[in-house]
Amino acid sequence: MSKRVLIVDDEPNIVAALEFLLEKNGYQVQVAANGEEALARLDEFAPDLVLLDVMVPKVSGYEVCQRMRAQPKWRAIKIVMLSARGREVEVEKGMSLGADLYVTKPFSSAELVATIGGLLSPQT
Amino acid sequence: MTARGKFALWVAVLFLAGIAVPVATGLAVVAVLAPADQEVVLRVLQERMPLLVLGAMALLALAAGAVRWLFGAYVEAAAGLADLTRSARAAPGAAPIVIAGAAELVQLAGEIERLAAEAHRLRDASDGRVRESLAHLEEERNRLAALMSELVEGVLVCNAEGRILLYNEQARALLSERGDTAAPAPVGLGRSIFSLIERNQVVHAIEKLEQARARGEAAPRTRFVAPAGRGRLVKFEAAPYRGARAELAGIVFTLADVTGLLEREAQRLSVLQSIATRARAPVANIRAAAENLAGYPDMEAGRLRQFVEIIAGESQALSQSIHGALQTYSEALKASLTLEDMRALDLLRVAEGRVRALAEVAVDLDPVAESLWLSVDSFTLVQALCFLAARLKEDYGVRRVRLGARRAERFLELDLGWRGAIVGHDALAQWEGEPLRIGAQESPLTLRDVIERHGGELWLQRHGLAGERDACFRFLLPAGEPVTAATRVGAVIESRPEFYDFDLFAHGGASQDLRARALADLSYTAFDMETTGLAPSAGDEIISIGAVRIVNGRLLKSEIFEKMVDPRRPLNPDSAKVHGIDAAMLAGQPRIEEVLPAFHKFCEDTVLVAHNAAFDMRFLELKEESTRVRFAQPVLDTLLLSAVAQPALADHRLEAIAERLGVPVIGRHTALGDALLTGEAFLRLVGLLRERGIATLGEALDASRETYYARLRY
Repeated sequence: MSKRVLIVDDEPNIVAALEFLLEKNGYQVQVAANGEEALARLDEFAPDLVLLDVMVPKVSGYEVCQRMRAQPKWRAIKIVMLSARGREVEVEKGMSLGADLYVTKPFSSAELVATIGGLLSPQT
Repeated sequence: MTARGKFALWVAVLFLAGIAVPVATGLAVVAVLAPADQEVVLRVLQERMPLLVLGAMALLALAAGAVRWLFGAYVEAAAGLADLTRSARAAPGAAPIVIAGAAELVQLAGEIERLAAEAHRLRDASDGRVRESLAHLEEERNRLAALMSELVEGVLVCNAEGRILLYNEQARALLSERGDTAAPAPVGLGRSIFSLIERNQVVHAIEKLEQARARGEAAPRTRFVAPAGRGRLVKFEAAPYRGARAELAGIVFTLADVTGLLEREAQRLSVLQSIATRARAPVANIRAAAENLAGYPDMEAGRLRQFVEIIAGESQALSQSIHGALQTYSEALKASLTLEDMRALDLLRVAEGRVRALAEVAVDLDPVAESLWLSVDSFTLVQALCFLAARLKEDYGVRRVRLGARRAERFLELDLGWRGAIVGHDALAQWEGEPLRIGAQESPLTLRDVIERHGGELWLQRHGLAGERDACFRFLLPAGEPVTAATRVGAVIESRPEFYDFDLFAHGGASQDLRARALADLSYTAFDMETTGLAPSAGDEIISIGAVRIVNGRLLKSEIFEKMVDPRRPLNPDSAKVHGIDAAMLAGQPRIEEVLPAFHKFCEDTVLVAHNAAFDMRFLELKEESTRVRFAQPVLDTLLLSAVAQPALADHRLEAIAERLGVPVIGRHTALGDALLTGEAFLRLVGLLRERGIATLGEALDASRETYYARLRY
């Protein structure tokens, strides 16, 4: 059964590219345009991994991350944060709030796919 | 015994002795007579009683007269002589030792005068030697003071208790609240540094220094930035200095105004961050799309077009965002730390002289507005101008150039112009890449380097229709911020200021009871006021206050307070005659509610000294409510102290005291002039008081109080 990835981002251009890329790599993909929608989708879609942009409307990426980590049922879901803000303190904040990985834009598609594969492989 | 008591006793003794001798003789004679004869004598005496009483009274008058004369000629003359002798010791040669009295005492006075002159001469001789070595020390000190005033940084040294021992004008300007150095600055010798810098900041700095030392750092330093007056930020760099037993004896602070630097630094940082943040997202989108295109070349046409459009659109957005960021913050990017703000006219005047001397061409200076400022590395720019002038002369035979400047938006156009020779654009292009060479001197910089350093531009400009014959090299340089006089300090003080006092090093803990402190160790504020009249309770007001600080037995003439006050009531013409202040001079001066708090701050931690202090203190007291400041410190009165020190002399007016003590009387009847006079007189009185066993503040206050009551009774 293919793994599920939830993309949370409000920029259609990056969403289009990521959606295409992940589907080509055999993932089942859904998109949420803001933090509120992302939280609402979690139970129904039950993703294995959330690709979470920090700067999304309504509920920020940081807060989505924090709330997910506060709920035992969502604790197993991997979180990869995406951000255009790459200051060290921001990376540190994301990791402290419970992200598994903090990726700074721009990033390499191949590396991102490899990373996601690594996070979702049964060994880890 | 008082003089009066002594007088009465002498008269009584003389009178009784005068009566006793004839009475005793008479009694002895009468005792051996026959009883009948005794009766006869007694009757005769009874009949002659009025005559006898008259005789006794005559004797009393005679005794009183004789004692009066003896008293004047010997006792009072001797007391006066003692006072004069004491004055002569304190201020040799100030007043002649001449008294009216008995010939012997007058002779004695003459001998003392000669002895004093002899002592004076001897003292002069040894003073001469002392002066020589002091002059050497003075020279060293002057060198230090000159060095300190030349420094661009402020320097402030305090001892372990936080008392200021040394500072320069720059430090004072940086830390004074309004920046004008004439204002009563909180920076002063012996003042606490904690009124300038947050106490915790200093404590923290000391802790860090001690830790660094514990770690074995040889020359620990620490720094912090703290707000100063006028919204400025000052960077303090602190280094400790050690006492004889390697304990922390104090801290040397160097101060620099970093207000502008920090702002520019912050601005540059925010430019970087904003560019990075704004660029990241579009670049990410482009990259993701491009990598998809590269990774999956066989994707369907619709997808392919979508990604190509994403790349095109995002690229455009990206270039716009970078362009916008650069435009918005171009000023911050251009600003460089090597550039200083300078008046364009000053720069051109320097350039004029250098070009004339180095390039050996005639120079005309266009009229340039005083208000033009530019941000410039003046040394390299003048080099560049000399270089261009020299090349014009060598390659094109130009003999006369013109220098000018004018404002252009946020920039300044600086022209080096000439007439006649036609210079091609290619010449400038070639010169731009050459090292700046003038005669035998060659700089490692090229003209292009200089332009870049300024974030500027340079081009060849031709004027008018026949403009080929009238051209200039035009520099476009960043305009500068006018530097106000407040921050342009240094070299303004003519005489050497008393900005340092190393004797303060020895000062002990301030926790000791003030009364027990020696007079010579305390800090004082000598002050005087002029008023509209002599009746404070009847509504007379203060119109001027002058004050000077005394620290470690030195009158600090550079630490003065002088303010006029608008009394908001008419002046009394009689008083105006004394102080010479008229209504026009007071119009527009600050009110007492502004001046007294400033004066209060100036007097902080000092003992007040005034002549006839009660008068001045009464005025201050009456203003307590409206100004909300109370002068609660101890007060010494030179009038009372003089009466304590020289009780035999009757005249204790300020002028008389000063003259007796050898203080030159100048500048009287201005508040500051009288304050200075009071201060000088006070310093000499301290010496006289010590001879009378009055050495501490407590003793001086007590003696003053006794004299005060004595004078009241009188």
